[in-house]
Amino acid sequence: MDNLNNLMQGFADVVAPMNLLLALIGVVIGTAVGVLPGIGPAMTVALLLPITYGMEPVQAFIMFAGIFYGGMYGGSTTSILLNTPGESSSVVTAIEGNKMAKAGRAAQALATAAIGSFVAGTIGTLLLVLVTPFVVDFAVSLGAPDYFALMLLSFIAVTSVLGSSRIRGLISLLLGLTIGLVGIDAVSGQQRLTLGIPQLADGIDVVVVAVGIFAVGEALWVAAHLRRRPAEIIPVGRPWMGAKDWKRSWKPWLRGTAYGFPFGALPAGGAEIPTFLSYTTEKRLTKHPEEFGKGAIEGVAGPEAANNASAAGTLVPMLALGLPTNATAAVMLAAFQSYGIQPGPLLFDREASLVWVLIASLFVGNLLLLLLNLPLAPAWAKLLRIPRPYLYAGILFFASMGAYAVNAQPLDLFVLLVLGLLGFAMRRFGLPVLPLIVGVILGPRAELQGRRSLQLSGGDLSGLVGGPVSYAVYTTIVLALLWPLVRRFVVRPLRERSA
Amino acid sequence: MTVLVGYVPSPEGEAALRAGIDEARLRGEKLLVVNTSRGDAYVDPRFAQEPELAHVREELAALGIEFDIRQVLGGGDAAEEIIDLAEQSDVSLVVIGLRRRSAVGKLIMGSAAQQILLGAGCPVLAVKAAGQE
Repeated sequence: MDNLNNLMQGFADVVAPMNLLLALIGVVIGTAVGVLPGIGPAMTVALLLPITYGMEPVQAFIMFAGIFYGGMYGGSTTSILLNTPGESSSVVTAIEGNKMAKAGRAAQALATAAIGSFVAGTIGTLLLVLVTPFVVDFAVSLGAPDYFALMLLSFIAVTSVLGSSRIRGLISLLLGLTIGLVGIDAVSGQQRLTLGIPQLADGIDVVVVAVGIFAVGEALWVAAHLRRRPAEIIPVGRPWMGAKDWKRSWKPWLRGTAYGFPFGALPAGGAEIPTFLSYTTEKRLTKHPEEFGKGAIEGVAGPEAANNASAAGTLVPMLALGLPTNATAAVMLAAFQSYGIQPGPLLFDREASLVWVLIASLFVGNLLLLLLNLPLAPAWAKLLRIPRPYLYAGILFFASMGAYAVNAQPLDLFVLLVLGLLGFAMRRFGLPVLPLIVGVILGPRAELQGRRSLQLSGGDLSGLVGGPVSYAVYTTIVLALLWPLVRRFVVRPLRERSA
Repeated sequence: MTVLVGYVPSPEGEAALRAGIDEARLRGEKLLVVNTSRGDAYVDPRFAQEPELAHVREELAALGIEFDIRQVLGGGDAAEEIIDLAEQSDVSLVVIGLRRRSAVGKLIMGSAAQQILLGAGCPVLAVKAAGQE
């Protein structure tokens, strides 16, 4: 009951005109960046972070929450109308969504995506309210060794479970951990990787890293691949759905939500796996198998619900444990830190009003998104006509301004450029960006927890193994790392023998 | 000698194509249909997609005119490309379509038609879409 009261108080705070306005700005920006391929909510939050320093933390987070949810809505519009996913979470939507649009059912595809996102977002946020307090209770009992183990699991999960190539994931993680090392060591006071530059003694600000990798890296990448054949966009009127479409959509929405939320909440989360699982499930369960591959509405409804539910799920480990499972959550975590707020189980005690206003704003933002997206989808699609040089000039301007504003140091601009070149090189060689960001943000904290455990045990390595939680986590890590070997030397020979 | 038509898939573009066909027949010259895009936006409604081009091709073939269709991608803007082409190849007339523009729109985006009218080294025929003032 206590949580419900807190949530009601959160709603009361959100409906203040200023907060509502910020929620509206957030969802508008979020949808816009979701529609545009290459520009995602993570980059946007990183770019806006320095601008929000003058705001109350609550207001900044209301806006960020809107951007986060908005990005999930906007991505589907581009997937359906253009066959170019706006976000990685809408890749699966493009499979059936674009086929539907080509068959003249774009309005229904957009409608099932928007309404499904709303349903899943609302259920997901409700689950967030219900589940998070339990996770917090559990998290309070965790000691430093358990946290260290959980963070290691996070590292392993983002590098080897997500993405196509483990080695690329590990390279990216290593780069991130290295960037996270720069600065004065908190225990011994030694300078690490500062190259004798005094401004680097405080470390490289996470905002500069995020803006450099996401914004500058992407801008350089687009500049290198600027000219391309304009794609054909499918004209569409106002999205709507008939009774038959509703009947075929509601089950996939619920099943998609059931996939999305837990996957978002796991440290190995992200939206890619649940959207794909949802798609294959709908394909198997459908009563219209002949339509799959030609534009089946179930193939849009399920994955779109899954990606929004996973967005809600992502917030569980972020708020309760301080563990990010996708890029946007990682940048939001950096935002918490820049406000001097320590995410983790104590957040719900110390900053209760902030957390509940944030959660209440998710409900409000979700409703605003439905109202914005359903009638206005064709207008959003017009954003794709903006020539990209204009777009990226603006992004570079914001990026440089933001990076300078963090510490008012000219050196940060050079660091930004170097990181931008790194981001460009990573895109060139197919390295995923997420492990780097997670490494930069979690690396120093994992080091802190690991050293704390070792200090408690007097340097004995057994100090790293705390209780049942860390045993379970280390087992999971070992299994995740060994799985490819097991598959290669055990499963495959067995299968060959039986074949 | 050739008649050059600046083609866009819109009523203005169709009107220009009609006028271009008439002129080419009248003069007994070749027809060169040009469509361009800078290719720097994800979507460019003024870039003719394959079905539209196929339609134009079919129609011209049926009329029995000697013609060529050229699509320029990733170069300068439409006006520059058309002026350049008109200078390079032996063009006797450029045909373009005009559309109504707001004063603010012209101020911000400029007008490709005006650039061609002023910059082309040969006569320019500007036509409006049917039913337009």
